[in-house]
Amino acid sequence: MKLKITGVVPLSPTIREFLLADAEGAPLPTAGAGAHIMLRIPGPERMWKNAYSLVSSPEDHHEYKIIVRRVEHSRGGSAWLHDHAAIGDMLEAETPQNLFPIPLLAYKHLLLSAGIGITPMLAYLQVLRKPFELHHCGKLEDAGAFAGLLPTAPNVFMHTNRNALDLEYLLAHQTLGTHLSVCGPASFMDVVLQTAQNLGWPGAKVHKESFGGATGGTPFIAHLRRSNITISVGADESLLEAIETAGLTPPSLCRGGACGVCETALLDGVPDHRDHYLSDTQRACNSAIMPCVSRAKTPELVLDI
Amino acid sequence: MNLILKPAETYRGDYSVRNSDAAILRFPFPFPEDSYMYSVNIEPHVPGGPSVAYDAAFDLDEHYIGECADRAITLADDPMRCIVMPHLIDAEWDTLELLMESLAKDYPEQFVLTKDGAVWHWVNHPLGIDQKFTFGDATTLPYPPFEFITRQVQGDFTLQDQRDNNLFVEGGMVTAQADWSLNFDAGMSFMEWHAPVPLAHQSGVFERALAYLLRLQYGKPVRRLNWTLTANPRLDTSPENYPIWGPEKAAITPENVGERLCLRVELQTLTRLPRSNAILFGIRGYLIRLEELTRVKKWSRRMHRLIRDLHPDIATYKGMSGYRQTIIDYLGSFDDGAPTSSGTASEQTSL
Repeated sequence: MKLKITGVVPLSPTIREFLLADAEGAPLPTAGAGAHIMLRIPGPERMWKNAYSLVSSPEDHHEYKIIVRRVEHSRGGSAWLHDHAAIGDMLEAETPQNLFPIPLLAYKHLLLSAGIGITPMLAYLQVLRKPFELHHCGKLEDAGAFAGLLPTAPNVFMHTNRNALDLEYLLAHQTLGTHLSVCGPASFMDVVLQTAQNLGWPGAKVHKESFGGATGGTPFIAHLRRSNITISVGADESLLEAIETAGLTPPSLCRGGACGVCETALLDGVPDHRDHYLSDTQRACNSAIMPCVSRAKTPELVLDI
Repeated sequence: MNLILKPAETYRGDYSVRNSDAAILRFPFPFPEDSYMYSVNIEPHVPGGPSVAYDAAFDLDEHYIGECADRAITLADDPMRCIVMPHLIDAEWDTLELLMESLAKDYPEQFVLTKDGAVWHWVNHPLGIDQKFTFGDATTLPYPPFEFITRQVQGDFTLQDQRDNNLFVEGGMVTAQADWSLNFDAGMSFMEWHAPVPLAHQSGVFERALAYLLRLQYGKPVRRLNWTLTANPRLDTSPENYPIWGPEKAAITPENVGERLCLRVELQTLTRLPRSNAILFGIRGYLIRLEELTRVKKWSRRMHRLIRDLHPDIATYKGMSGYRQTIIDYLGSFDDGAPTSSGTASEQTSL
């Protein structure tokens, strides 16, 4: 679908809010809390595809709202949104998808976020039907921007320093039936998930949004065996993007290593698995790769595509 | 979409329901070949295909009023045919939104939906329903939202919650089922509710189908066809009411098989719902008497060969053991041995 930027609101020097409406003014598809939208963002040489959590209410069919941080050493998407995007600009977008839905059986929601990972939580807060407790960790310079987005309530906590949050105590003192939902940089989620696991939280009650993630790395060569094409994957593009630049259109969805749609058989080479989808056993086999985020440990990979 | 509705006919007692010529020609015949085996026969649910039954998101036909009336009778006898567990309340509203918007778009002469913010106005002309309500406020509807709308749509529906890499059937409106019980299955996981199906487990069909459905995308519904045979055009062939329809199966004879025995086809649709992330499973059933089906030459030949060669385990599971030879003998008289083309289209424009 085609969206039109209808609002740009700076929340801090590095954080901006964008409002997006249907280009023709038609009602937007309902998007549940936790859903993201993939935008095609024009770059100087090619299109970027970036996924952003929606922070608007599912009942707002007039405008989607996203909040974008300008990523340091940005690969293109967030830099364009901050430096060039203006009201009236048109953007191609995919229908919203939800890889971080609200766990419906929770008796209580424990929401933990860090940095720009606050965004899906802002959608959650508008529709949760059960008690919740939110802890947000952010840099001091962002505190003002985020404080304005969060309600003032006894169950909403802002921490300007991760160490100020006693994770172990928090996770050890939850009522039965609590579900944990966590969103933020990988380093933050890793600590939270490890702490929960150490304390014996069942996996079925722990939910994470994959966020950020796909950064570049060492360039490598990929041979696409069935297509008989050899491509080079640059330092600041993903394997999936390089495959698409070569003219192929493999199925993909989240482009963040979570949904599993782009799983591709690997015929040779050792991948650098960066996804959240393959099991430890599957990783060890090196027979499949998620090209949206994963790269290569060997100079070349051979894919069955 | 052009929709001409018949007055209510009956699906019990005297079984007055008949298919018009147009209804026979639009029947979603499920067999592309002369043989049948289980497969993951799922495809995108986009408009178009060998029958106009695939053109709408939720297909309605000439039997709409009669089927809704039969559902109301079944629900009055057994309210447990409609169950939705409390955690799926958002899925109830998702379903109401999806069905109202789809019907109003596909059948604008019969259904009108207008919205003023959260205040919605729903008009169902065929059933004479005119309801204003507040979206999200169940107290403004005469029934819970899922029951309210599924009483007004042909076909059964179930709701699946997705969690722990599995699907759980935790809601539904099931009054036209092929011998299964929502009240019995409610709460089961995907493998549990499919446990009675023969052969398919061994071939990995259900693992692949589950993996696919867990990734079902919002805005990209899919469909598949399923089938069985039913004695008399009875919608409610539930386990609970087997004492009623079991004897009717036993009464199939060579003299009445053409009139009474029906091919029952389910056009199944799977749609990801936005607020709840649940999956809505639509089971839209079509019944056609063998004497109606055999008015289409290609379908007669194919049906004969397929029933004749069907794996015995599938024949048993579909409940035809008692009269399989009777069907083969009847259909055989319509099979001249001519080759059939692949695909399900009737290849006739009139009967």
